[in-house]
Amino acid sequence: MTIDLILFYVFSAILVLAALGVIGAKNSVHAALLLVLCFFTTSALWLLIQAEFLGIVLVLVYVGAVMVLFLFVVMMLDVKAEPLREGFIRYLPIGILVAAVMLVEMLLLIGVKNLQVAAPVDPSGTSNTAWLGMALFTRFLLPFEVAAIILTVAVVAAVMLTLRKRSGARYQNPSQQVAVKASERIRIVKMPSSPKPEVAP
Amino acid sequence: MIDAGQITLAHFIVLGAVLFCISVAGIFINRKNLIVLLMAIELMLLAVNINFVAFSRYLGDAAGQVFVFFILTVAAAESAIGLAILVTLFRNRATINVGEIDELKG
Repeated sequence: MTIDLILFYVFSAILVLAALGVIGAKNSVHAALLLVLCFFTTSALWLLIQAEFLGIVLVLVYVGAVMVLFLFVVMMLDVKAEPLREGFIRYLPIGILVAAVMLVEMLLLIGVKNLQVAAPVDPSGTSNTAWLGMALFTRFLLPFEVAAIILTVAVVAAVMLTLRKRSGARYQNPSQQVAVKASERIRIVKMPSSPKPEVAP
Repeated sequence: MIDAGQITLAHFIVLGAVLFCISVAGIFINRKNLIVLLMAIELMLLAVNINFVAFSRYLGDAAGQVFVFFILTVAAAESAIGLAILVTLFRNRATINVGEIDELKG
């Protein structure tokens, strides 16, 4: 056993236990924190097989942004846990059964012995980030741009979904402000000029 | 022949399969709690990503890791919109219990 393999088993055990914790936790905040542990451990696993760029992106994007969003929402909503837990025991056997059958099927398909590709292929001697960047900005340039559009659409959609008009609050209407004309703001009044007052000698 | 003390591709695929099955079980047993359902979906995407990265590394093809990049993008967008819908739902109905959300039932 090399040190790599020992580390792999340790990380995998942590990952599986944390995943079990996510689906079984009573408290949603605990579930979210265990999901953070899942992502972090996966990032460690990816570092172990030298996929450094994605390992770091996983921590930055998921732990840094998505899970913080999850925690915000979980803590913001005042949810009572008890009614949400009903049916947990009732669906436990069927859930475990389906998962176990799926696992067995997948393991049969994998046929563990047949897939023992020996060592990671070292691509062209550059670093992982450079390798990935070369692929991303040449072969996958169009999907990359599409991903940017998807993110923009998601931002707009999320804002539009949660935006609400409160009655009674005073809002600025930017389009009205921009479309204003000078004639609406000042009124020019013509007045007859009066004679100059005579200056006393 | 391969030396027995190495991490192989099979290790990662089995790990991905185990994680995927755990998240499927999570969807079954947490049918009431919408937040945990979203978390189980994230876990499922993570399992798929593990497979992608492992294949990419062991077959020496960058496409796998590029796809993980895109999956991360789409998953982030999905969870942002999902949570926005969740907040709106809670604001309107004061519940996130899937059992009580049955307005579309005919």
